[in-house]
Amino acid sequence: MSDKPWISVCEFDDLIPDTGVCALVNSKQVAIFRSRRLNEIFAVSNFDPIGEANVLSRGIIGSIGDEVVVASPLYKEHYNLRTGECLEKPEYTVAVYPVRVDDGLVQVQV
Amino acid sequence: MKKRIVVVGNGMVGHKFIDNLVNHADADQYQVITFSEEPRLAYDRVQLSKYFSGSTAEDLALTNADYYNEKNVEFILKDKVVDLDFDNKEVITASGRREGYDKLILATGSFPFVPPIPGNNGEHCLVYRTIEDLEAITHSAAQSKVGVVVGGGLLGLEAAAALKAAGLETHVVEFAPRLMAVQLDEGGGKLLRRKIESIGVKVHTQKATNEIVAGTEARYRMNFADGSHLETDMILFSAGIRPQDELARKCGIQVGERGGIVVDNNCQTNLENVYAIGECALWNNRIYGLVAPGYQMAKVAVSHITGGSDQFMGADMSTKLKLLGVDVASIGDAHGTTPGSLSYTYSNDVDEVYKRMIVSADNKKLLGAVLVGDVEAYGTLQQMCVNGMDLPEDPNCLILPNVDGGGMAIGVDALPEAAMICSCYDVSKGAICCSVQNGARTMGDIKALTKASTGCGGCTALTKQVMDSELKKLGVEVSNHICEHFPHSRQELADIVRIKKIKTFDDLLDGHGHGLGCDICKPAVGSILAAFWNEYVLDKKHIGLQDTNDIFLGNMQKDGTYSIVPRVAGGEITPDKLIVLGQVAKQYKLYTKITGGQRIDLFGAQLHQLPAIWKVLVEAGFETGHAYGKSLRTVKSCVGSTWCRYGVLDSVGMAITLENRYKGVRAPHKIKFGVSGCTRECAEAQSKDFGVIATETGWSLYVCGNGGMRPRHADLFATSLDDATLIKYIDRVMMFYIRTGDRLQRTSVWLENMEGGLDYLKKVVIDDKLSICAELEEQMAYNIGQYQCEWKTTVENEELQKRFKHFINTDAIDSNLAYVVEREQVRPATALERSNTNIQFVELVD
Repeated sequence: MSDKPWISVCEFDDLIPDTGVCALVNSKQVAIFRSRRLNEIFAVSNFDPIGEANVLSRGIIGSIGDEVVVASPLYKEHYNLRTGECLEKPEYTVAVYPVRVDDGLVQVQV
Repeated sequence: MKKRIVVVGNGMVGHKFIDNLVNHADADQYQVITFSEEPRLAYDRVQLSKYFSGSTAEDLALTNADYYNEKNVEFILKDKVVDLDFDNKEVITASGRREGYDKLILATGSFPFVPPIPGNNGEHCLVYRTIEDLEAITHSAAQSKVGVVVGGGLLGLEAAAALKAAGLETHVVEFAPRLMAVQLDEGGGKLLRRKIESIGVKVHTQKATNEIVAGTEARYRMNFADGSHLETDMILFSAGIRPQDELARKCGIQVGERGGIVVDNNCQTNLENVYAIGECALWNNRIYGLVAPGYQMAKVAVSHITGGSDQFMGADMSTKLKLLGVDVASIGDAHGTTPGSLSYTYSNDVDEVYKRMIVSADNKKLLGAVLVGDVEAYGTLQQMCVNGMDLPEDPNCLILPNVDGGGMAIGVDALPEAAMICSCYDVSKGAICCSVQNGARTMGDIKALTKASTGCGGCTALTKQVMDSELKKLGVEVSNHICEHFPHSRQELADIVRIKKIKTFDDLLDGHGHGLGCDICKPAVGSILAAFWNEYVLDKKHIGLQDTNDIFLGNMQKDGTYSIVPRVAGGEITPDKLIVLGQVAKQYKLYTKITGGQRIDLFGAQLHQLPAIWKVLVEAGFETGHAYGKSLRTVKSCVGSTWCRYGVLDSVGMAITLENRYKGVRAPHKIKFGVSGCTRECAEAQSKDFGVIATETGWSLYVCGNGGMRPRHADLFATSLDDATLIKYIDRVMMFYIRTGDRLQRTSVWLENMEGGLDYLKKVVIDDKLSICAELEEQMAYNIGQYQCEWKTTVENEELQKRFKHFINTDAIDSNLAYVVEREQVRPATALERSNTNIQFVELVD
């Protein structure tokens, strides 16, 4: 576990099921997703390294095989939400951040 | 210095020659000049009869002036080449024009043979060969009650169908003892006659016409050699064709005893620099009156001129066609003239089917066949015959009906690689397999890549078999599942949603899928749900399904900002609304461009600006243009009868009606319309999913066209429609597409992949073959009733606007955005510009 502080970014209820939001934390853009079926939240860097724009929070989430993924809204590559790896082009990865819900608040370590 | 190639005649084969040459790798070494005595460039004579069912000359055209101009082909219409000057290597036309040539191609075609019967030159004695002939027939038929076709061959029966369709009492008079004497044997001819008579065409065989004189009850009276007679108002001669060899004959080029320009295997005449191709050419003492051999000759001539080694070695004259609704096919030695040949015959008067096979004396090889009433075996038999394949142990099974699901088809695997599958476009089995290996997966792909089965369509079934077999070999599972989460095609999912009245993605996934879903199935299901129930797409239960563009009701651009496209129905906009667009664009520094769909696109809006911008637009009376949706985009229109000197109907009014009717309707892919106010077609409606063109008798509806990556001319669907019928047909076609289209399948590909094609679609929509039209209309009416402008809903509800922020925890904006000015407007900075510290970026509007 990282010893960085947990930073609250929004209320859990602000997260619409099966969509993402973007939070600005320590001048980093963090994409946060909520999966209703898994009852789980995920946080990765918002920057799409292939499209070179801050857009991943606006992608569609889902599964490919056993992996939970987000599809880039620009060119549709899939990023593993647990590892950050790009499924189509493994040479690209995005940062993954620890995320939790504490007392109704969504918190990340960046 | 380019070599000058003069092509005399711009018919199907002449054009094929030109098309092959200008697309040859060495095309730039040749200058092509073509002459035609007809007033138009090459058109599809094989499909000529379609002219009577509503196709226009443009529909039949095989090329146009733009294409020839682009390929630098010089063309001279309505000027016949009448003489050749071999000394100066020049052609001389009727108007006195001279053009030099290095190589001369005679593609003069043929002319209809009119028997030398006294009285054959009356005003209503016509032939069936060119569009002008058809115009004359239409004109004459309008003043006639009875029509006679002289000649019971293939073209004669086609002409008879035209007269029948024009509502005339129709007779066919044939000199031989049976119909289609060249292609059919006695049994086949007999059944064909029975079938044709049953639909009301009267057939008279073994009749020689002695004279045509004035009639008493009708315009003419035909007196026959046997003493009988027939009265008629018009006469169409279709007694065969004769090679058009007049020019060659006059100039001393060698011609055959019974006509035809003599050519060798290179399609060269007795003069080295002169070639003859198509129906005017006589090869091995034979004229080939079909288009496929003509195309082969065109290919051979191009090959010889460009230094290739192709040779013309004769051609297969097998044919399969539908005449007056009767399926007829003839293969190889249909008459069993090969010495010692044997035959197998299956004849069934109850189902009206006749099949006969001619086999070699040793019962090992198929030599020919005749099929009437059921031509399903054509593909198998024709391939077996042409490729000299061995007959199966029990040849009976090739023609006997399918008793217990058996039925015999040669596996396409047995065909050699070189087997010609599509003779119209010269596509071999190998070429189809190769395109599958290169990624083709559907019939649409195969058609686009090889052109196979886009000519007469006779090889469609066989082409599909070859494709499926090759796919199987490659281990490609021919699966239509939308993705790994649902074992169903889009159409099946649409049926499930509709029949089980499923309203959410989760319910569908719970009952019929697994996993979490993905970016393939979620938007597809979102579209299906919207198509049937049309709820607000950003409702919480649907929002996670929407593609990026739908989710923020704008089109995401490369830097993550959005474009804004308000609806401008029919392209009609007031000055006041234009001013509002200008003011908004100026205030937010949006790059502004006119779109191809007659509206205005504003680029570079940040997420948080969208609701504010749309608030202004909605207040000014704008609605969302759904530029982001798989839904109706625009209805492009010309200005129509309200202003245009030529306009026949109010195209702008109709365009606005259609655009407002179908706006917001979700479909498998985007849908575009065009409405033209007259046949000049300024709105380019024939390149749209739905094209509407005004004529003197009402609207013509075209369907399933496309521009873009793979252009496709729309097909004429119905003519002379009033407003209500037009809308009814569009409702039905569109809802049928929504129900049965595949994910991201445009209407063009949808139609191409539809079994039965356009005819089937007409049966479903016009004849209500599936008895679903009422349901389709109801579904559309419900959908239209549910329409809401998503942006209006959004700007009226603050809760819904919360999502339109780049960050959930601050009002800051994306620091990655950078713009520079070009041609007085903003554009995203390039990577190079970003790294240049000297560049001044545009200050962003908050």
